[in-house]
Amino acid sequence: MTETLLKNLRTRSALLRTVRDFFYAADFFEVETPVMIPAPAPEEYIESVPAGQGKFLRTSPELAMKELLSFGAGRIFQIGSAFRAGEFGRKHREEFTILEYYAAGWDYEKLAAFTAEMILRAAEAVTGGSRLSLHGKTVDLANVEYITVDEAFRRYAGVSAFEVSAADKFDELMVLKVEPELGRNGITFLCDYPADRASLARLSPADPQVAERWEVYIDGMELGNAFGELTDGFEQKKRFAAAQAFRRAHGMLEYPEPEAFYRALDRGLPDASGCAVGFDRLTMLLTGAEDISQVRFC
Amino acid sequence: MYSASDLKKGLKIEIDGAPWQITEFEFCKPGKGTALYRCRMKNLITGIGMEKTYRPTDKIDEPNIEEREMYYSYFDGHHYVFSDPNTYEEMSVDASVLGDKAYFLIENSLCNFVIYNDEPIEITLPTFIEKEIVETEPGVRGDTATNVTKPAKIDNGYEIQVPLFINQGDIVKIDTRTGAYAERVSKA
Repeated sequence: MTETLLKNLRTRSALLRTVRDFFYAADFFEVETPVMIPAPAPEEYIESVPAGQGKFLRTSPELAMKELLSFGAGRIFQIGSAFRAGEFGRKHREEFTILEYYAAGWDYEKLAAFTAEMILRAAEAVTGGSRLSLHGKTVDLANVEYITVDEAFRRYAGVSAFEVSAADKFDELMVLKVEPELGRNGITFLCDYPADRASLARLSPADPQVAERWEVYIDGMELGNAFGELTDGFEQKKRFAAAQAFRRAHGMLEYPEPEAFYRALDRGLPDASGCAVGFDRLTMLLTGAEDISQVRFC
Repeated sequence: MYSASDLKKGLKIEIDGAPWQITEFEFCKPGKGTALYRCRMKNLITGIGMEKTYRPTDKIDEPNIEEREMYYSYFDGHHYVFSDPNTYEEMSVDASVLGDKAYFLIENSLCNFVIYNDEPIEITLPTFIEKEIVETEPGVRGDTATNVTKPAKIDNGYEIQVPLFINQGDIVKIDTRTGAYAERVSKA
């Protein structure tokens, strides 16, 4: 057990180096933002860990990195711990490592292609090729598939994603029917979420029924989430207010207003796309580990 | 009442007035979505399996289940009667609850009871018991192979498969979980 962990931690270290090199080569620079923050982004289903003295452990570095974008940072990435209360399972820990990156001027499609390339390079560096042997089948990361959320729900669950989203059945079907089918042969980008699940993504100018949001999957495992970033301050504040109202209505912890982020919105965010990848999960896939504790010293 | 976050492998719960035990458990959560607690479970009375997924706000009934140890006392012609080692309180158990295990009951052996709403639903006997072979073909001397077997009967008529070297009058050990021969204890 310990031997496997040490072996995987060495792979993880090689992976960290490869990923950093990949970002440097694409003209990103690495940043570190506070882990202890005054206000997490209010979201319906993400719980932060209170850190005392009115502060919180970050659930992701998103708001701080967007502040940097508003100052003209351009292309930035960060690798560090994030915390989500109550999440514990084979693929979840309350503390986990997030790889988060933003590129001003890139659309979410360009960011997807870039992310696929990053994953492929990472795999080549630690396994010597693009093929992974997972759960008795071969997954070739050179295969990249794009499928819209609605298409995936129709194909794998036999229903319209918009209808189940409105009926609050989206997550169940996603977990039970859709996710297991994603990334079976390679990397799958699940794109264009129904607008009511836009989170911090902007709505598609071509089709405002959907948001410029994708998630990336390999072997049925969600690896990352990305947005064509919402830059409209008015709309962003409205969405946060709705999330706060949801939290209040459900007796969840209410957060202070993210004032610094609001100032960044007022200052103006550049058009940008950003993505957060679960670094532990990427390591799990490339080592064949079945539980986070085999790739991260917990 | 349990909340969904209490769910874990091995937990016993109640659904529509029936007791279930969780045999497999997985915490699922789409990054931005709601947590889902995915359970595979087994009905503790019928043995039937099913899958069920819970949300964080779901409440789950707690079954009135207790475990206790009881001594086997006697068969009254209709029921198997057990007694509590501390209070000597007796409990009659229907043959259907025991199934083939009834053949392996030995007087004064300590058994583990799972009791649901005052009814025993599962009884675990001592893992190994010793029984005399009362009837079998004569043994083949020197044949110590254990993979070739022949039928043999124990005192209450229950038939097991034993290796060829076993003789009438031998005492053998039987695994009560499977009802299978385990080893020879002594020769006749």
